[in-house]
Amino acid sequence: MTNLTGSRQPPPYGQAQRRAAIPAQRGPAHSREPTVQQPPVPRFQRGSRFRHRRLQPFVPWLFLAPALVLFLYFKILPMLQGVQMSFYEVRPYLGDRYVGWSNYVEATTQPLFTKAIFQTIVLAIGTTVGSIVIGFLLAILVEGQARHLVLVRTAAFLPVVTTMAVVAEVWRMLYYPDGSGALNTIIGWLGFGPQPFLASEHQALGSVMLVGIWRGAPYDMMIFLAGLATVDRNLYESAAVDGAVRWRRFVHVTLPALRPVITILCLLAALRGLRSFTEVFLLTNGAPNGSTEVVMTLIYKLGLEQGKLGVAAAGSMVLFAATAVVTLAVHAWRRQAALR
Amino acid sequence: MRPRTENDSLHTVLGLQSRNGPLAVLLKTILYGGIIVVFAGPLLAVLVGAFSKVPNPTKFSLFPHGFTLDNFNVAGHRGVYRYLLNSFVVVGFGLLLQMIVSVFASYALARKRFRGAAIVMLVVLATMMLPEEVVAIPLSVVLSDLPVFHVNLIGTYLGMILPLGAWGFSIIVMTEFMREVPMTLEGAARIDGAGELRVFWSVILPVCKPALGVISVFGFTMIWDQYLLPLIVAREPSQFTLPIALRTLRADDQVGIGVLLAAALLALLPSVIAFLLFQRQFTRGLSVEAVGR
Repeated sequence: MTNLTGSRQPPPYGQAQRRAAIPAQRGPAHSREPTVQQPPVPRFQRGSRFRHRRLQPFVPWLFLAPALVLFLYFKILPMLQGVQMSFYEVRPYLGDRYVGWSNYVEATTQPLFTKAIFQTIVLAIGTTVGSIVIGFLLAILVEGQARHLVLVRTAAFLPVVTTMAVVAEVWRMLYYPDGSGALNTIIGWLGFGPQPFLASEHQALGSVMLVGIWRGAPYDMMIFLAGLATVDRNLYESAAVDGAVRWRRFVHVTLPALRPVITILCLLAALRGLRSFTEVFLLTNGAPNGSTEVVMTLIYKLGLEQGKLGVAAAGSMVLFAATAVVTLAVHAWRRQAALR
Repeated sequence: MRPRTENDSLHTVLGLQSRNGPLAVLLKTILYGGIIVVFAGPLLAVLVGAFSKVPNPTKFSLFPHGFTLDNFNVAGHRGVYRYLLNSFVVVGFGLLLQMIVSVFASYALARKRFRGAAIVMLVVLATMMLPEEVVAIPLSVVLSDLPVFHVNLIGTYLGMILPLGAWGFSIIVMTEFMREVPMTLEGAARIDGAGELRVFWSVILPVCKPALGVISVFGFTMIWDQYLLPLIVAREPSQFTLPIALRTLRADDQVGIGVLLAAALLALLPSVIAFLLFQRQFTRGLSVEAVGR
């Protein structure tokens, strides 16, 4: 059926059929074999593989089928399963028992959970603000076309493409609490005593946060650079002509242009912070004394280690609600800002 | 793109490039050196540590102590290459599945008008808003007894691969790109009698190569970074992917830090190399992810 080269072969069935429907315009209706002189009729007819017009409406669905099946099985069904499980005490072999909202009550009021929720929010806000501020500073420092700047940007971006498992393992080693640990050695050169980092209840969450910032800042830097590239250079020029100082130009030209970028980075980083699991799981897994426990690590422990699937599901739903609220709030805010 | 002028330095926020006095150059060198050390230094230390003798097995040294390949030999005895192979199996088949599923779905969404298209698009966008962590626990239940088929995918490669298949991001990127392909191109092929699959394969896909580059690089790093999914699915160490095996390696008393570093190096290299080779595609994907365009 390959007929991409010439038009000497008979037109596909569908075409002939259509011609039959409008014989007045298209010559003899029954002529299935046009002569060489007759040029091909330029019309956007449907393909020949799916000949029957009746099948046409199904073509898009055939193409969509694999995606829809996978979404159904691995996104939609688990979500429904989660909603259902969150109202049950899941008991293997005994049958599940309906418990109403009590899983939710446990997931929002139990000290274990409230502490984890609080620490998750602290971690999310800390990494969001930290990585945006540092990412922005990095962006304005390495902005430009010079070749050495490209090198600096590439090197700074490496943490983002390094798998989180490696990032966490490396930082675990760097944070070695003894005076001989890598980071403590450097701190020692600066004249400070060794710090316990992850081993201390007071420093652990901050140390986890620092890892999040270290990996998040270069990402934000790249987005800021993309944003800076879109700032209209003519505005810079006219600002220079008007004799605006660099600082004023920054406040009145650059910052307003970057506002949408900052909003979206806040959203992405906040979501990243709320759902953070791998780094906490590998760095501390909630230790010491629960001071770094976040919602996801707690859910993992309850669900997969202690088999309390119902409570874990309820916790997941609470986390989902939090991410949905943040997402919708930021979108609403953006829309409002766009209207203004 | 405007041609570069010497005035360009003026157009960065700080205008650092126009300062070229000796002091400024020195300060800039220190600054840029500092940035490289802070962000790439720890990863460089992994590279150095993996190839050096380790005097103290619990200590991560900043300085090399003589070249050796011992760490990789011991890592081999500890099954690290098996984990690496598992990782490649998951990323290979996962990415293949993800790309096939995405281009097929995007073709329908971008090139066909049909009832329900808007709803499908909404579903795709909704799944992007749904963090994979949220469905992790229920997913483990679904995987242990897949509805209709009633198979248990826990402890199988399929369990780690299939959930990666449908990824909203790559569907959106492909759809946006396919929409831009002019209709005349498709029409010309159809006149010549090309069928649906032929149009898809020989007309649309070749034009979409840039977008294919973006979704393959992005998909690769995304799958390589997977942690929770293999952690939930893998039952026995022989099924571990390299990232989740790092934790067991660390907990293994017999294994020194050098071996852990060797394994960490093997776990970080593929995605870093993919990024370095396809930086342009990667940056483009980033701006799509963040700015939507």
